[in-house]
Amino acid sequence: MAAHLLYNIEETVAVVLFGIGFTMLLLHRNLIKKIMGMNIMDTAVYLFLAAKGYIRGRMVPIVVDGITDAEAYINPVPSGLVLTGIVVSVSTTALMLALTIRLYERYHSLDLDQILMQAKKEEPS
Amino acid sequence: MSRRRDNYENSRWRKFERWLDGEIDPLSAKGIETVVPDSSSAQNQAGTGLSGGAVQDLAQAYLQNLEAKAERPDSDFNGYMETEPRESGQMAIQLKEDGQTEPELWKVEETDQKRQKEREERGIRIYRRFYQIMSVLLCMGIILVLLWTIAYLPIFGNAGNPDNNEVSARYIEQGLKETGAVNIVTGMILDYRAFDTFGESCVLFIASCCVLVLLRTDHHSQEETDSSLSDRMYEPKNDMILQKCACVLVPVILVFGIYMILNGHLSPGGGFSGGAVLGSGLILYLNAFGFAKTERFFNAKVYRRVTVSALTFYCLAKSYSFFTGANHLESGIPLGTPGAIISSGLILPLNICVGLVVACTMYAFYTLFRKGGI
Repeated sequence: MAAHLLYNIEETVAVVLFGIGFTMLLLHRNLIKKIMGMNIMDTAVYLFLAAKGYIRGRMVPIVVDGITDAEAYINPVPSGLVLTGIVVSVSTTALMLALTIRLYERYHSLDLDQILMQAKKEEPS
Repeated sequence: MSRRRDNYENSRWRKFERWLDGEIDPLSAKGIETVVPDSSSAQNQAGTGLSGGAVQDLAQAYLQNLEAKAERPDSDFNGYMETEPRESGQMAIQLKEDGQTEPELWKVEETDQKRQKEREERGIRIYRRFYQIMSVLLCMGIILVLLWTIAYLPIFGNAGNPDNNEVSARYIEQGLKETGAVNIVTGMILDYRAFDTFGESCVLFIASCCVLVLLRTDHHSQEETDSSLSDRMYEPKNDMILQKCACVLVPVILVFGIYMILNGHLSPGGGFSGGAVLGSGLILYLNAFGFAKTERFFNAKVYRRVTVSALTFYCLAKSYSFFTGANHLESGIPLGTPGAIISSGLILPLNICVGLVVACTMYAFYTLFRKGGI
């Protein structure tokens, strides 16, 4: 198993990054740090996809000298998927940051526990 | 029976126990060195306020509670729990004024309430530690399961991997002939999978709309609220170094962004990356010369018109292309010679559309977060 993990070192790093991001998401109470954890998870997914598309000893999929042989280029599909991932992560990050700004203006705190406590106190029981 | 070690209070296990109880917090480095409380002073205090041997035990318990509370370094929950003892104290005073009940009784009630409060606080702390431990264990479990899966994945960079299947082979072999784009990735995302890219542009547009809804400040509400929230007041005016750098850099950045967009079907780049470069050039210009100069050529109206017309053109052009393709009609769009700047049919205009949307969105995000309005 360890040997296989070494062969797939890029995927291993991606998974470890994903775990770090997930741990940040669960452990930190600061909303900004939660968003950072989310972004680390996004990065791990890009790394995983890019690693899946790579083929050793082949070229970037830009046709040079009219060679249109499948043996000459790497897999172009994961590159397109990474593009989709980047766009979606930028959008969600902007949305989350905007929501955080609104929460901060309302509760004057970035601590999720304190926000929840204040919200619980203020709600009519 | 084993004897307690002398240094028991500072031993690792005892610290772990106390951490579990929430009494110490190793991150804030408070309360790690334990000082055994001076019992004689506590006894003196106990002697002052109370009379009668029967109440003595209760009072001692109450004082111990107080001491335990004083030892706690972090008091996050005190603010939350504050209302309860005050109410009980008021009730006790009222009872005292009425003179209907003996003082022992309310003292007992108060002690009970204190104990209950202690228990609740302790429960919350223990729950928090439990939550931290369990979340770390859960993450470890997830990482282990994923690593176990990766150990069975095919070897990195091998040509025979199952993801290098006939789809990618077809894109590479037929892509140049069918789409006319030298860059196969661009040909793929703007021709074969153009609907997906349209969705991405719409996601960006909708995200900027949502941020606009969340962060927009109206003119009359801006007067009411404290204007210090807006960064516009603090922006540096006429920063000479930044302006001179921007004079040199902004034209280069903008030209490079336009080159990336227009050359997207021939070289690495394309609408998304070129649009991001254009947007960053605009943001640099805004930082150097302020909002007044930028709003002369880029305001909310321009943003709206550019984005909506780009998305509409994308939608119509791709609809036409899909319609003719599905019905086996001649689309009448020439593919041109591969490698020329005007070639590959619809890919160049679609790249321009995507680039405009991305540049406008990046700039809109920045201005919305900065001052709450485009």
